[in-house]
Amino acid sequence: MKTLMLGNEAVARGLYEAGCAFLSSYPGTPSTEISEAAAKYPEIYAEWAPNEKVAMEAAFGAALAGKRSFCGMKHVGLNVAADPLFTISYTGINAGMVIGVADDAGMHSSQNEQDSRHYAKAAKLPMLEPADSAEALAFAKLAYTISEQFDTPVLLKMCTRVAHSQSIVEPGERQEPAPKPYEKNPQKYIMMPGYAKLRHPVVEERTKALAAYAETAPCNRVEAGEDHSIGIITHSTSYQYVKEVCGDRFPVLKLGMAWPMPEKLIRDFAASVSLLVVVEELDGFIEDYCRSLGLALSGKDFFSPIGELSQNIVAEKLGLKAEHGSALEAKIPARPPVMCAGCPHRGLFYTLAKGNYTVIGDIGCYTLGAVAPLNAIDSVVCMGASISGIHGFNKAGGAEGKKTVAVIGDSTFMHSGMTGLVNVAYNASNSTVIILDNSITGMTGHQQNPTTGYNLKGDPASKVDLTALCHAVGIARVRVVDPYDLAACEAAIKEETEANEPSVIISRRPCALLKYVKHKAPLNVDPAACKGCKMCMKIGCPAISMEGGKAKIDATLCTGCGVCSQLCKFGALCAREEA
Amino acid sequence: MKTKNIMIVGVGGQGSLLASKLLGRLLLGRGYDVKVSEVHGMSQRGGSVVTYVRFGEKVYSPIIDKGEADYILSFELLEAARWTEYLKPGGKIITNTQRINPMPVITGAAVYPEGLVEEMQQKGMDVDAFDALSLAEQAGSPKAVNLVLLGRLSKTADFTEAEWMQAIEASVPPKFLALNREAFALGRNS
Repeated sequence: MKTLMLGNEAVARGLYEAGCAFLSSYPGTPSTEISEAAAKYPEIYAEWAPNEKVAMEAAFGAALAGKRSFCGMKHVGLNVAADPLFTISYTGINAGMVIGVADDAGMHSSQNEQDSRHYAKAAKLPMLEPADSAEALAFAKLAYTISEQFDTPVLLKMCTRVAHSQSIVEPGERQEPAPKPYEKNPQKYIMMPGYAKLRHPVVEERTKALAAYAETAPCNRVEAGEDHSIGIITHSTSYQYVKEVCGDRFPVLKLGMAWPMPEKLIRDFAASVSLLVVVEELDGFIEDYCRSLGLALSGKDFFSPIGELSQNIVAEKLGLKAEHGSALEAKIPARPPVMCAGCPHRGLFYTLAKGNYTVIGDIGCYTLGAVAPLNAIDSVVCMGASISGIHGFNKAGGAEGKKTVAVIGDSTFMHSGMTGLVNVAYNASNSTVIILDNSITGMTGHQQNPTTGYNLKGDPASKVDLTALCHAVGIARVRVVDPYDLAACEAAIKEETEANEPSVIISRRPCALLKYVKHKAPLNVDPAACKGCKMCMKIGCPAISMEGGKAKIDATLCTGCGVCSQLCKFGALCAREEA
Repeated sequence: MKTKNIMIVGVGGQGSLLASKLLGRLLLGRGYDVKVSEVHGMSQRGGSVVTYVRFGEKVYSPIIDKGEADYILSFELLEAARWTEYLKPGGKIITNTQRINPMPVITGAAVYPEGLVEEMQQKGMDVDAFDALSLAEQAGSPKAVNLVLLGRLSKTADFTEAEWMQAIEASVPPKFLALNREAFALGRNS
């Protein structure tokens, strides 16, 4: 039966239908829903791993043992997993293995705009790129066929617009592939130099065979057009923009296989048109390949490598008519994302801003501590970089006259903060690390992690004891504070940054959006007491605004956390008196 | 038929996801090709959010571009104003008149502009601005703004009440069904 499915849900359906039995992923927008949807099929064992490297190695282990496996991640997660990626390309697989990676052109929820197609070429692995949900389902299944036919892991590349768009799919039945018992094969699976040297030629031959396969692969197709003055090679969501604008006017070569590319198919297509145009998002990946064949074309000279494409951009660049509406003359203020009302991170970041600390930040909701009015963060790079970064920063002398702290969330700490902390202890930098433990992976939409006590399926699981862990790696000074208690936060940060040894502060309170978190009654403003000093505005709470020179609290947003009332010298922000 | 475009805009957390899910069901039920696009993650933390709903014989692009929206369904006034450039000439804006201050306004770095509806009208846009929040509260919950807005949209869209009811029943948990039906009716009959 036809149904609407998110691209990510369609990938999960494809995994299910292909008989995938093992999934290990780390959440990351826009890839997260693949694993959440797959976890709902009882036939698929599904887990959140602490990071993408662990997920990929676990999925490889499962494929080695003979079960079809999958691991999913966002584009920057593939950087974390790049180490196994390049070497399981050499070993190949036993049962099929598919690696889902979701790019984020436009950086809706990411720190960079890297184009993951380069990984396919660099690691010499085939990559499929669906353009809608129906293809996401079909390509997920096809990926297992290719994986087992060519003895290779297969990359399945999504992008935000395919991952987070719902379109029509027709689900099918699950197939149970025949078991592939594990057989010991040191020359294939032990990648020490002597054996790896034997595998590299196999990889090169495999790429040739895959390139030959790509010539007639069902995912690459030429769509006829009546006007041969232009011929367009395109892929992924760019294909949709091209078809939206051009319909069947120009011939289109749609590459569903991003790597390796079909040389003859491309040459024949180029020969059939007067002007070859490559329409692709982000880097000129197809373009570079075509140029390496000596083909003349237009591509990145028209289409920017920065940001997303759209139907209007494609229309304008092709010299076709694009629609335009009219903007208002009124100056429309931006509406950036903010920390939620009641967010436990707010009190802590207020304390850091007030104390004028240098703050080495990390990836998560709490990155929002960087924006006005808190402006409390100095740098954010990637998962785990706060702890590794503060170590180097402090060893190099730090910021003159200022104390420095690192802030990192519970899930990010599990992901790649722990090794940084080992370095802080082992190489003895006098660093203070604040773990913002809100009992969930927040920004990606509430996923469990090794500190929460539950797993991806929602079942109880072992729970990391953060205090014991920090002690175990060699940090003697470990303390827990409640970030709603500003005085306690201030004292803890002051004492720990002044101590002559490394320290960890665990700022512990569950995310205010968690269903089990009970909110207090919203606070009230006593207009007689309020002097309009705007102290309460310094914490950037969306529930507080000024009206007629007095503070006003939006009772639909306020969770009664009480951080603002600790700032009010006049006692004007108080618990609501029930009438 | 040419592809039709409905843009749903609002503030993260206002419940636009249910509105797009419901529209998707309704349109699929009619046998249209449908695409519904949204962005998850960081942008949802109280930020400006946009959902694209497109339907027709064959829909290619998952997004709506400038000058293409037949309808802009807005949960908040400033958000309606933000996206007017996406309205097709002859398109219609249906907006809640509720004002939610964004952080730059709260901190005093920017001002919430006045006269937005008037400016839309001056520019010749077809604007239906009404207090959907009060109707939602009348139905029993401020969270039912989404159904009030859909009710209002239903007055101009070519679907029967039975089709809408079917889509509502398929999209809403049973315990909230009465509330959502009431909110839809209030929007439709307002």
